[in-house]
Amino acid sequence: MAAKTTNQKAWFFIIPVIALVAFNALIPLMTVVNYSVQETFGNNVFFWEGVKWFEQVLHSPRFHDSLMRQFAFTFTILAIEIPLGVAIALSMPRQGPWVSVCLVLMALPLLIPWNVVGAMWNIFALPDIGFLGRVINGMGIDYNFTQQPIAAWFTTILMDVWHWTSLVVLLAYAGLRSIPDAYYQAAKIDGAKPWAVFRHIQLPKLKRVLTIAVLLRFMDSFMIYTEPFVLTGGGPGNTTTFLSIDLVKIALGQFDLGPAAAMSLIYFLIVLLLSWVFYTLMMKNEDQ
Amino acid sequence: MRRYKWLVPTLYIVFLMLPIYWLLNMSFKTTNEILGAFTLWPQNFTLENYVTIFSDPTWYNGYFNSITYVVINASISVTVALPAAYAFSRYRFLGDKHLFFWLLTNRMAPPAVFALPFFQLYSAVGLFDTHIAVALAHCLFNIPLAVWILEGFMSGVPKELDETAYVDGYSFWRFFIRIFLPTIAAGIGVALFFCFMFSWVELLLAKTLTSVAAKPIAATMTRTASTSGYELGLLAAAGTLTIIPGAFVIYFVRNYIAKGFALGRV
Repeated sequence: MAAKTTNQKAWFFIIPVIALVAFNALIPLMTVVNYSVQETFGNNVFFWEGVKWFEQVLHSPRFHDSLMRQFAFTFTILAIEIPLGVAIALSMPRQGPWVSVCLVLMALPLLIPWNVVGAMWNIFALPDIGFLGRVINGMGIDYNFTQQPIAAWFTTILMDVWHWTSLVVLLAYAGLRSIPDAYYQAAKIDGAKPWAVFRHIQLPKLKRVLTIAVLLRFMDSFMIYTEPFVLTGGGPGNTTTFLSIDLVKIALGQFDLGPAAAMSLIYFLIVLLLSWVFYTLMMKNEDQ
Repeated sequence: MRRYKWLVPTLYIVFLMLPIYWLLNMSFKTTNEILGAFTLWPQNFTLENYVTIFSDPTWYNGYFNSITYVVINASISVTVALPAAYAFSRYRFLGDKHLFFWLLTNRMAPPAVFALPFFQLYSAVGLFDTHIAVALAHCLFNIPLAVWILEGFMSGVPKELDETAYVDGYSFWRFFIRIFLPTIAAGIGVALFFCFMFSWVELLLAKTLTSVAAKPIAATMTRTASTSGYELGLLAAAGTLTIIPGAFVIYFVRNYIAKGFALGRV
């Protein structure tokens, strides 16, 4: 790529974007910051509280629990979706009429509104009227995701795998298609085994798209709200209450503005920090 | 080994289609049949659920509301993202890298964090319960995404194209609109697709910012399901109908979809 020219006037091209995003991001963020350091008893009267809410949130077992659940959930779905997505992309046809059919069918779950995904899985997995529930119970395993924590986790993870593995497949597939045929021919002449082809030709090419895939899946699964909320309502008990569900419960349910705001900021900072690490890694890859 | 390769995608697609089939199956059943018997396909095939949706304005208005704010959002996002992406892909300027990362941080912001402040902000400016409010709120994550995708596509266009056009005496805007935009038409399509997708599926903000006049279909579903008993057939029919716009849009971008999902950066 040719070197970019330095031109400060380029700022004018960016002003509309900044104006819109700043309106949406900075004002609400400042509102949150405001609440996070104040106490209110209604009537718009506020008292300065300093870092009290932050201390409270950081020391509350409730926050620790939802944070741990969030990490457990995110790492589980990453560990399943990334290898599975790559495996499916590797076995997809490289050309022909089936490619379009595969891609369209696979992309379908990505365009279903998130609460419909939750509702769909709810009626699919219910033990009395759902197909999945019937099949699992029919195999002699006692399964009821509305009452058993393990079943609830299993269903939530299966739902996320159903919902998002296609994103990894499509990204990996796009990465694989950018490998020139000559590479494969060279490997064939050298008598390379399928594993060697994967390890030395396909995997290096996939590195970049997989970083994007991990980044996107990490961010989105860390913010997951609607699907588990509709599917399990965060239950049974609190077993599937992830960070966003907990936050909405505190902010809109109990209307505890101070703790909710402090938790929002901590939550946002965690996502930001981890995403920054991934982003830096990605840019490093790109420079090579 | 090689001969059975087709099995993997096939099994995966079957797994994807099963819950969708189940939803479709339920939407053609009566409530009695859903609760009374376990059947793999409708025994008393009925269109009753769909008739209810198409004859009740609280239902079908939900679809109009959703489509309205999604279209407004996608047009705004891509329109403002185009010049910005051009600036990021062609020029170096003060703070460009930081700005790009700051934009991306908004894609990383959990919507749950913004639900309450958005409610207050849009109430304060008098936009609560309008389509514009939801469209603007969704710009928070769609503009950064559109800039990211378009920047990828634009960086793939050689700079010589710009320079040749200037030598030929084109003014900047004439070049941008008449030559550059058609060159990256595929990228614009992909960006529009992604804006459509994320605005269509998002519900937390859309639900928080609306009450009656601009209520999205997905929120209508939740409310109706809980207030008028557990009408699963109706719920399933409404859910099935929300899949159709998505399927329609995928069909149009099917040739670019693989490239687009790599955000033009492969």
